[in-house]
Amino acid sequence: MKKLIAGAAMALMGLAGAAMAEDYPERPIMMMVSYGAGGATDFQARIVTMTAGNEDALGMPIAIINKPGAGGRVGWNWFATQADADGYTLAAYNVPHFIAQSIKGGVQYSAESFEPIANWGADPAVFVVAADSPFNSMADVVAHAKENPGKLTFSGAGLFVGHHIAALQIEKAAGVKMAYIPTKGGGAAAMKAVIAGEVMGGINNLSDAFRAQEAGNVKILGVADLQRSDFLPDVPTMQEQGLDVDNSSVNFRGVMVPKDTPQEVIDKLAATVPEMFANPRVAKKMQAGGSPMHIMTRDEVKKMWAAREQTLKELLAGL
Amino acid sequence: MEFIYYFGDVFSPLSFLLLLGGTIGGLILGATPGLSPTMAVALLIPFTFHLEAVQGLILLGAAYTSTVAGGAVSAILLKIPGAPANIATTLDGHKMAKQGKGAKALQLSFLASAAGGIFGVLLLIFLTPLLAEWALAFGPSHLFWLAILGVTVIGSLDSASVVKGLLSGCIGLWLATIGFDDIMGAQRFIFHPSLGGGINIIAALIGLFAIPQVLTMFAKGRRTEGAEVIEVQKHSVLDATRELLRRPRALGIGTITGSVIGLIPGVGGQIAGLVAYDQTKKFSSEKEKFGKGHSEGVIAAEAANNAMVGPSLVPLLTLSIPGSPTAAVLLGGLLIHGIFPGSDLFDNHPDVAWTFINSMLVGQVLMCLFGLYVAGLAARVAQVPQSVMAAIVLALSVFGAYSVQSSMGDVYVMACLGIGMYFLERFGFSAAPLVLGLILGPIAEANFIQGGMIADATVGKSAYFLTGGLNIFLIAVVVASIAYSAWMELRSRRYTTKEEAQA
Repeated sequence: MKKLIAGAAMALMGLAGAAMAEDYPERPIMMMVSYGAGGATDFQARIVTMTAGNEDALGMPIAIINKPGAGGRVGWNWFATQADADGYTLAAYNVPHFIAQSIKGGVQYSAESFEPIANWGADPAVFVVAADSPFNSMADVVAHAKENPGKLTFSGAGLFVGHHIAALQIEKAAGVKMAYIPTKGGGAAAMKAVIAGEVMGGINNLSDAFRAQEAGNVKILGVADLQRSDFLPDVPTMQEQGLDVDNSSVNFRGVMVPKDTPQEVIDKLAATVPEMFANPRVAKKMQAGGSPMHIMTRDEVKKMWAAREQTLKELLAGL
Repeated sequence: MEFIYYFGDVFSPLSFLLLLGGTIGGLILGATPGLSPTMAVALLIPFTFHLEAVQGLILLGAAYTSTVAGGAVSAILLKIPGAPANIATTLDGHKMAKQGKGAKALQLSFLASAAGGIFGVLLLIFLTPLLAEWALAFGPSHLFWLAILGVTVIGSLDSASVVKGLLSGCIGLWLATIGFDDIMGAQRFIFHPSLGGGINIIAALIGLFAIPQVLTMFAKGRRTEGAEVIEVQKHSVLDATRELLRRPRALGIGTITGSVIGLIPGVGGQIAGLVAYDQTKKFSSEKEKFGKGHSEGVIAAEAANNAMVGPSLVPLLTLSIPGSPTAAVLLGGLLIHGIFPGSDLFDNHPDVAWTFINSMLVGQVLMCLFGLYVAGLAARVAQVPQSVMAAIVLALSVFGAYSVQSSMGDVYVMACLGIGMYFLERFGFSAAPLVLGLILGPIAEANFIQGGMIADATVGKSAYFLTGGLNIFLIAVVVASIAYSAWMELRSRRYTTKEEAQA
């Protein structure tokens, strides 16, 4: 008898599991963005999820919830410790930010706390200088830094974010010491410092720098990525200019779920979400906003996370 | 004069309907505690996905102008400042509402808002290139001195004594250090995960202003019910206009301070109202009336916080750098339609740029009309029995604090600060200087660290912070401000001791 009941229970559970995956999602889904409303991550998250309610996507809308603070730490801490792992709570990730923060410590998450679903965008870091700057290439910058060690000031959006990683890589590749000035208030404040001449140069997001260059305020000297960007076909990469800087600082944005989310749900999301990102309406809006897209599947993201963790551990070891 | 050419676009049927909807909706959102202008605009962005770029921006522009003004409603009637911009409005506005002059306070605030707001937008239209240079002139060292200037205001702001004002300012400065430090990522005073992001300013505002008031109402119990029903005086709009015109100094100081300070990226919007209030008080011949329900206080604060709306968009529209959180949200609204602010906006999409600016101009007028219409009705809130009122304000406070970032942590922070403030008020401390400390602390700290890092790499700290025209000017203003406060304190002490001696 006991066996029978146990068997029935097992069968029911199996059924329930299968049914859950089949019916998922049966109510609207929430996606947490760990930066403020109106920021680049929030803005892009809203665009890429706008077709979630379509029949060929998830069939249910995705609502964005902002939990900003401390460079994303507040939101990701919340996601790692308090979010329900039922597939109805997703979050946006920013690599290398959260991996660098977890290596540096003081947070309740690491790359193992989350399961990636898919990647939607890749925003490389670029080196900008004011429009009237005497620097015209990375070689000029490096030459000046060699003559004046520690005196070349350049801004970026805080410590242990993509900009800082790019700064460390440039210094290491060129073998020079420069003065990285982290700003409070993100990329916008760092860009203002460059335009206003408070610093001699700066690291910034390609999308923001592209806009500032269009407005005639800055010159973009180099892209910290493996190949040139479609938005800036004339700007050479760091490697083309002889600086051994890879794509470790590229700001990858995508969707993830908490660790213990049911495998069926993860599989369903991993199959549907990349296609949702590939929707032409999404691509058009992203293109219009100057936001570079880079769709990657779950397996590709997993590899990318592992590779980042490796490089960042080496890079940050000395700090 | 190019903007006049595009005025027609604002009045096309659909655009005008959106403008109307944005204005009314904005007033309601602005009056709701916890919904700051930034959030209201962010909430509206998804609606603009389906609109043309011009129409979307009309909606956002109208909502921005009217939420800033709408914040005065809850500030005056409920003593809950909707955003940092409205703190100064509560000081005299809520006192007026308690005296039954709520209608007058609301009418004055909307008229002053419109006057200041229109001036600000006109500055945006005519002086944008000049203003852009001014906005860029403020580097870390100048912002640091500006924050210090704000700190000197603390002592004289809404307190019984300078010492108590400075002490509550210090508590505010300490509270501001809680959380991850934004530049270095160091953790400070985080005893609970919900403090990781620091103390949210909106939650703190609600807690510090509304909760002590709720506790006071509850503490009174039901005994005094009936005895304290306030007679709400009717007040005609014409009288309000006359009152406004009789106070040109408050209006002028408010408007000019608001537009000048509102322009400075990252700082302006939050402190414009408080600085204007303080300056008006210092120049007024009726200083002693401030903080007791004086109309000049409301006029200066509201003129300033709406005057800052236009100039605060200058860095965004000309340089493509959002100077305030709301401007950052508006940037998203522009980008989604493929429009890049900067020279591209005015050269290639003049219809969008000018229609947007015009809609803010027309929005100011509409906002004023609707505001005046509801002022008389809204003022009756003061007649609600205290016990009921306390419950309503408490419910709105919890809702407001939660809605900032959908987090219960903010509600606990609000409750703790509120209860703490209740006891501090018993000892004659007041919330305004504390909040000012909370706002200025991070500005002063971040700019000092950042400026220090630049200075170490270049000319050295003393040269960086103490030389240069703008630095010296700001330091002079700081010294003058401290000297003035000290002189006033000494003078009033001499008087009181004389009176005591005579008595």
